Amino acid sequence: MEKETKAFQRVYTKLFQLTKATVSLHAKGIGYDELAIVDGRLAQVVKIMEDLVTLQIFGGTEGIATNAEVIFAGKAPTLKVGDDLAGRFFNAYGEPIEGGEILGEEREIGGPSVNPVRRKQPSEFIPTGIAGIDLNNALVTGQKIPFFADPDQPYNQVMAMVALRAKADKIILAGMGLTRDDYLYFKNVFDNAGALDRIVGFINTTEDPPVERLLVPDMALTAAEYFAVEKNEKVLVLLTDMTLYSDALSIVSNRMDQIPSKDSMPGSLYSDLARLYEKAVQFPDGGSITQIAVTTLSGGDITHAVPDNTGYITEGQLFLRKDSDIGKVIVDPFRSLSRLKQLVIGKKTREDHPQVMNAAVRLYADAANAKTKQENGFDLTDYDQRSLDFAKEYSEKLLAIDVNIETDDMLETAYELFGTYFKPEEVGIKQQFVDKYWKNNKN
Amino acid sequence: MNTIGNVTGIIANLVIVETEGTTAQNEICYIKHGDTRLMAEVIKVVGNKSYIQVFESTRGVKVGTEVEFMGHMLEVTLGPGILSKNFDGLQNDLHKMEGVFLKRGQYTHPLEMEQKFDFKALAKKDDKVVAGSWLGEVKENWIPHKIMVPFVFKGEYTVKSIKKDGEYTPKETIAVLTDKEGNDHEVTMTQKWPVKVPIKAYKDKPRPFKILETGIRVMDTMNPIAEGGTGFIPGPFGSGKTVLQHNLSKNAEADLVIIAACGERANEVVEIFTEFPELDDPRSGRKLMERTTIIANTSNMPVAAREASVYTAMTIAEYYRAMGLKILLLADSTSRWAQALREMSNRMEELPGPDGFPMDLSAIIANFYARAGYVYLPNDESGSITFIGTVSPAGGNLKEPVTESTKKVARCFYALSQDRADSKRYPAIDPIESYSKYLEYPEIEEYLNKTIDEHWTANVFKAKDILLRGKESYEQINILGDDGVPVEYHVRYWKSELIDFAILQQDAFDAVDAASSLDRQNYMLQKSLEVADMDFKFESFEDVGPYFKRVINALKQMNFSEYESDEFKQNEKEFRNILKEQETASKEEEMTAEEKAS
Repeated sequence: MEKETKAFQRVYTKLFQLTKATVSLHAKGIGYDELAIVDGRLAQVVKIMEDLVTLQIFGGTEGIATNAEVIFAGKAPTLKVGDDLAGRFFNAYGEPIEGGEILGEEREIGGPSVNPVRRKQPSEFIPTGIAGIDLNNALVTGQKIPFFADPDQPYNQVMAMVALRAKADKIILAGMGLTRDDYLYFKNVFDNAGALDRIVGFINTTEDPPVERLLVPDMALTAAEYFAVEKNEKVLVLLTDMTLYSDALSIVSNRMDQIPSKDSMPGSLYSDLARLYEKAVQFPDGGSITQIAVTTLSGGDITHAVPDNTGYITEGQLFLRKDSDIGKVIVDPFRSLSRLKQLVIGKKTREDHPQVMNAAVRLYADAANAKTKQENGFDLTDYDQRSLDFAKEYSEKLLAIDVNIETDDMLETAYELFGTYFKPEEVGIKQQFVDKYWKNNKN
Repeated sequence: MNTIGNVTGIIANLVIVETEGTTAQNEICYIKHGDTRLMAEVIKVVGNKSYIQVFESTRGVKVGTEVEFMGHMLEVTLGPGILSKNFDGLQNDLHKMEGVFLKRGQYTHPLEMEQKFDFKALAKKDDKVVAGSWLGEVKENWIPHKIMVPFVFKGEYTVKSIKKDGEYTPKETIAVLTDKEGNDHEVTMTQKWPVKVPIKAYKDKPRPFKILETGIRVMDTMNPIAEGGTGFIPGPFGSGKTVLQHNLSKNAEADLVIIAACGERANEVVEIFTEFPELDDPRSGRKLMERTTIIANTSNMPVAAREASVYTAMTIAEYYRAMGLKILLLADSTSRWAQALREMSNRMEELPGPDGFPMDLSAIIANFYARAGYVYLPNDESGSITFIGTVSPAGGNLKEPVTESTKKVARCFYALSQDRADSKRYPAIDPIESYSKYLEYPEIEEYLNKTIDEHWTANVFKAKDILLRGKESYEQINILGDDGVPVEYHVRYWKSELIDFAILQQDAFDAVDAASSLDRQNYMLQKSLEVADMDFKFESFEDVGPYFKRVINALKQMNFSEYESDEFKQNEKEFRNILKEQETASKEEEMTAEEKAS
């Protein structure tokens, strides 16, 4: 059942086993992770036992017959990288969606990780104009951070906005299970902003087979590494949606009869996600890979295995929440966190930034307590009332995602609000900053 | 002659090898993949099939590929020069690796074998020595690095000859020892040791009897860790585990800090690489990096090497403990190591225990924590390993196997609370949930009261009591409403808030507040308790919060200023003045009452 075709390719035509996602056949001399074409569909070796080779078919096994033609490629999945990538959109296999060829060097995707001693500490502030991010959760080049959002929240819009304002040399969009509408939305937004030549897209839409998604982030990150390492560019990678990516992982592990771990996710979910997220890096020569991802939640539940593992890997998370008091979507200051902000706030931004940030969030927390009191029907103290008023204005002027101002203006706005509603000792920031920046609106 | 085998099966990093000769559990072997050799460890043997976990990616590996078994377990090389290095989990020197990316199959020597060290003999001819005895010392950074009788030596030996003081490389023979049978053994400055076997070259391991000062108030004051003790920090993501660990490694009073970055973020390791060479050790004045060694197996590095990384770190800690040093070992995070065990157990199709973890997880964790401790060495000197591990419980739920297994063995429990983190009360260690078993040790109590203050432990328990009563009052206020409870409840609640803000909370990013000496902690505890002991008279509950906020602010400003500086004293004066207002107020009240009476 074996015949020689081109130089190293061997063709097999007898399948031993078929499942929904995999096929197995007897073959020799096959390497682990190697690619194959099964009846015209791309597949990858996921298990070898003696001469029984199991292949995962990315496009699913529907209609594959036991006499399907299997051609082994003798290599792992690759992407052709070069300047030619810029301004184009590709499918999960790295083929241009609108046809045509790519000129460039062929690289294996899912390559090795960066030696930690060759990394540089991230130190470059990425201003986005959104105070809920810049003031409370400043982003830094080389960081990886997801939006934790329910499916009805406008995360793709916010992400596109952040991407355009971030002044990146390249924006690489990895769409996994993206609706066709959202794909066209991204294309339009980037096109209207005149940024299309800075964009590279790897897109798996809801119309495509789900398992194909597993290739998308590796394709995008291989392209990102090319621009960051070889061209010393600042690359921003957008990963949307990582929950759908994880779902594809669970489909495959299920088909491979692996014992599922929490929430029917594979036990290796942490390592699988970390392998991708850890590609975020600041190189000493100026190139960097920054990742902004989306992890959709179900009903805001962050204890689900996907957001939970993600939170342990990424450098913080951004929560979007609809604030019913002002009728706008805000960046939730309690649950959002940027772990790398300490590297830039008060250093690349004004000295009082950290203290102002913490004070404002603390006061916002007081307002939340006052609100609980109010809802339980208790009387409010004068302080409670003031903090509630403060919270509303803070939400409107700083937390809402439609804010677009400079960082210094965010700090000034904060002092204005402090001065309007509080006395310095109620705010509790260092005396030297009170002396220098405090705005006494009460008198 | 080494055993040779051939690959017969591959599932991710689990490879099955058929051999003719003998293989052993945990034996190291290499897969000859093209020009590279991929390191692996035997984890199961069935008949002539060995199951090996590969420490690298198995991409491209084929059935039939040759595998060579090395006849030894995973070993580390111990000798002078470890301290200035950064290793991966298999003790490869990361700086010697070529290129930006870690190439698979690249292994580098952990030490500089050509470097000359200034040797000074400590033993002399005809001395009787045992494993771990000090033969001589060399200077390694600022540490007098002891050259010891290799730990594998059994029984008593006689020093036949020892090199004169002078410069030697680590490979040169520096002493010849004769065993009881009259055989000679050459000893160099280096030795090898299998990481999974504890180094037991000590005479005795007593119960810990003193505390390790960390500079972190919520630990030292409320729940101190003993020198040679064990503790663990579980916490959901975002609750400040990493910042707390970094702060510990910066400020703890240890001779050496060894950090196993096990399956965590690479940027956190980079932070240490970048900042520690610049930061001063507050005690020695030297750079922090000089006392810090990192074993980096970040989350994107091979999963199988995670387990190796914590053992490698522990073995290096044991090596330096045998030199009479005080070691702090941090492992972040032990959950990632447990997950690596789970991945492998799953691939081997073992019957899973709770949450899919292997059944022997508890035993593995217990054995590991047991390697920490305070020891007396053969020459009656002492050394210690204080071990603190972090745990990353899935979903922040502390009822999961890794947390529960660790709780059984670690003596200190520092529970990070999401609520405290959300309200930015850092470090977010829950004062009521957390505990230190060491506070119950009479020898520790005696030590604390002798070295800090005769009333120290009494004060600590008093502060804990105030926190608990404050919490109860707070719950009552929440149920009954501000005016539904006596004003006294508000005072009680605010007294606990004062302890929370002045003692528990600490700004890890403030140059002064980041670390607090025991002296200073004692001073601040006394100030806080002084307030707690006062009787306050408030007209209405509405006056309580604002007044206490001013007291708290004054105490916080004291925390932010250099201890005993003018600024500190100024802030203390302010604190006094605010307290006086109440004293005068209550006096006036008493006077009016008296007037009325008369």
